[in-house]
Amino acid sequence: MANFKSTLIERYWDACEARSGSISAIDTSCVYAHCMDPLTLARIQFAANISFHILFPSISIALAWVLLFFKWRFGRTRDARWMDAYRLWVKIFALTFALGVVSGVTMSFQFGTNWPGYMQTVGNVAGPLLAYEVLTAFFLEATFLAIMLFGIGKVSERVHTLATVLVAVGTSLSAFWILALNSWMQTPAGYTLIDGKVHATDWLAILFNPSMPWRVMHMLLASGLTVAFLVSGVSAWRLLRGDSRPDVQSTLRTGVMIAAVLIPLQIMVGDFHGLNTLHYQPAKIAAMEGVWQTERGAPLLLFAWPDETQRRNHFAVGIPRGASLILRHEADGEVRGLDDFPGAHPPVKPVFFGFRVMVGTGLLMLAASWLGAWLMRGGREPPRFWLRGMVAMTFAGWVATLAGWYVTEIGRQPWLVHGVLRTADAATAKPIPIGMSLALYLALYAFLIVAYISVVFYLARNAGAPHGNASANVPNTTGGVTSA
Amino acid sequence: VPDLATPAGWLPVVFMVLMGIALLLYVVLDGYDLGVGILLPGGTDKEKDLMVSSIGPFWDANETWLVLGIGLMLVAFPQAHSEVLSSLYLPVVLMLIGLMLRGVAFDFRVKAQTAHKPMWNRLFWAGSVLTSAAQGYMLGSYVTGFDASAAARAFSVLTALCVPAVYALLGAGWLLIKTTGGLQRKAVNWARRAWWGALTGFIAVSVASPLISTRIFEKWFSLPYVVLLAPLPIVTLLLLLIAARSLQRLPTRIEQGNDYGAWVPFAATIGVIVIGFYGLAYSLFPYLVVDRITIWDAASAPESLMVILVGAAVVLPAILGYTIFVYRVFRGKVEPLSYG
Repeated sequence: MANFKSTLIERYWDACEARSGSISAIDTSCVYAHCMDPLTLARIQFAANISFHILFPSISIALAWVLLFFKWRFGRTRDARWMDAYRLWVKIFALTFALGVVSGVTMSFQFGTNWPGYMQTVGNVAGPLLAYEVLTAFFLEATFLAIMLFGIGKVSERVHTLATVLVAVGTSLSAFWILALNSWMQTPAGYTLIDGKVHATDWLAILFNPSMPWRVMHMLLASGLTVAFLVSGVSAWRLLRGDSRPDVQSTLRTGVMIAAVLIPLQIMVGDFHGLNTLHYQPAKIAAMEGVWQTERGAPLLLFAWPDETQRRNHFAVGIPRGASLILRHEADGEVRGLDDFPGAHPPVKPVFFGFRVMVGTGLLMLAASWLGAWLMRGGREPPRFWLRGMVAMTFAGWVATLAGWYVTEIGRQPWLVHGVLRTADAATAKPIPIGMSLALYLALYAFLIVAYISVVFYLARNAGAPHGNASANVPNTTGGVTSA
Repeated sequence: VPDLATPAGWLPVVFMVLMGIALLLYVVLDGYDLGVGILLPGGTDKEKDLMVSSIGPFWDANETWLVLGIGLMLVAFPQAHSEVLSSLYLPVVLMLIGLMLRGVAFDFRVKAQTAHKPMWNRLFWAGSVLTSAAQGYMLGSYVTGFDASAAARAFSVLTALCVPAVYALLGAGWLLIKTTGGLQRKAVNWARRAWWGALTGFIAVSVASPLISTRIFEKWFSLPYVVLLAPLPIVTLLLLLIAARSLQRLPTRIEQGNDYGAWVPFAATIGVIVIGFYGLAYSLFPYLVVDRITIWDAASAPESLMVILVGAAVVLPAILGYTIFVYRVFRGKVEPLSYG
């Protein structure tokens, strides 16, 4: 196998040599295009996989609770619209969950293949957290999902509700474990280093490390907002198509209300999370705010073009003293600049722009949901322009979530585990043909995202009507359609 | 071998056993649903729906055993995890792509436009075949210690053909239990064909592995082990014969609507897999990477393993409990699945 890999690289090299005519004139960019340095490729591949993966848990975590809400409303009111809502969204949940599971399996393999140094250095902390996630959450979700999806009529109403609760608990629990680990990587605590390896000394300190509470809340709220906008967007789209079934109005209202309540909470939690980061990872904040030199009364930059070679911003437009006010809660508060962290601060552009995309999307969410709540006050029909806006924002949660993750993960660089392990030291030293597998993964992901979005809207179009595959399915007693 | 009375000595052994059990459960459980996927093209449209329905409530949790097995390797033997999976990089990628395709095709095939259903059926089949073959290749490559010689490569190709055959036999056995009538009769025929594949595979692997690895040869063919281990291949052959006999009798019984013994081929195949797994573990112990890394070389710190062990001791019985509960809820012959 080892031989096979080196032949593969030789073949790339030969191809490049043939193109340039002589071995001395080999265009290094050509070689790099095929077998880029392992660190860059390992990072691109891991980022692609984890970005694809997070799309689906960010929906299923909160959608499980929303489904429980629909079920609870139906139980209370016996109004068929809530059961219709449940029936549509449980299908979308099943699809989302499946995509989350299969993309998550990939992760369990890539931890070791792409980052061998990670487990070898911090495995004593990361291992138990990952193991607990699998043991306490994955099996719970995957097993009770069967009863939640297919158990109606086979188990009592009460057991079915219990199964739905357990699936919802499982998804949230899984988020808790993985975010506890991620937070530990950002703000490590409760460990000691022996011969360069991390050993756990205090599990409570590891679990409840300084950034964990904020990160968990921030992500759970992000999931809530992602689902709120997904539900509102799909419902708005159904309304615009002239779908007048009663469940559409109800799900639209539910989505908008959830968004309107969660978004101010999210902005508040985000602010606290930022203060926490300022304390523990000041270089990340400096990159987010685009502050190069330590200064008092730093402006809040609305736009700028950070330039890492000249170490300054171009075209900066900002609110004077804004950053100091937000971060220090005083107009001349000191904000440390990137120059204080020579060689140890993250790449500025992705963090700086990622942060602006996240905050910008958040503000749009605030405007759209509050406007919607006001437009629909007292049971009024919402106007079409607003419905169109909500359709456009169907996947706004994905944009904000991804942008936020890029800020916090790229913002942690050059560290993989802050102050303990550099990303470069954890990457694989072996020349693995990542390039080829990366191309395969990217093609598959693009295909699956297109399929997912189109099927979500297809299901919404056929909601309530006999399903497209009805010929192969038999309606059951509650009037639902069969499906696997 | 370190002192087994110390945690650093016995914890890695316990974790090897746990990892082994998780992977064995994975092979048996996901094996039957992968097998059903491999057999899918043989069914009519209606039968395809039933075949998929028969595994619908289970496949998700079945796949989780793989995450647990690989996860235990990652957390308990991190060095072996990166060594093994880096050496198997390409087949692992192919397996993951196969797993993704079948996992999503499973859901898309009934939710997407009717016109797209045949495409998702084909992807479900292709993903199942790709996953099984890649796992077979990995098995061969692992047993030969990632040797790159032509002989070792040929051996891996051989195992890449055998594993899908065994999964197909398992899947057909599952369908014998879960279906009736025409589909059940078809399952008998599929099982018969897969049986020959499994038998050929069993003989070929038994003959080839001692030839390809002198270490395995010495472990199996030195006294007294050759006598002590002799029951393993004999029982395997017996189980295969029991399956064959059952497959001969089943068609007449099915005609009479008699389901007696429909579970025999499935159970016999599980027996074969368990014995094969034990033989593999015996051949390799105490190495995680043949002749290079032992379980003690690769193990994480004892205090961290202890933390995981406590959790596993509490949670695993619960997992087994609710898994059995779900299998009971969905016991009996398959009916078209319905969302409430």
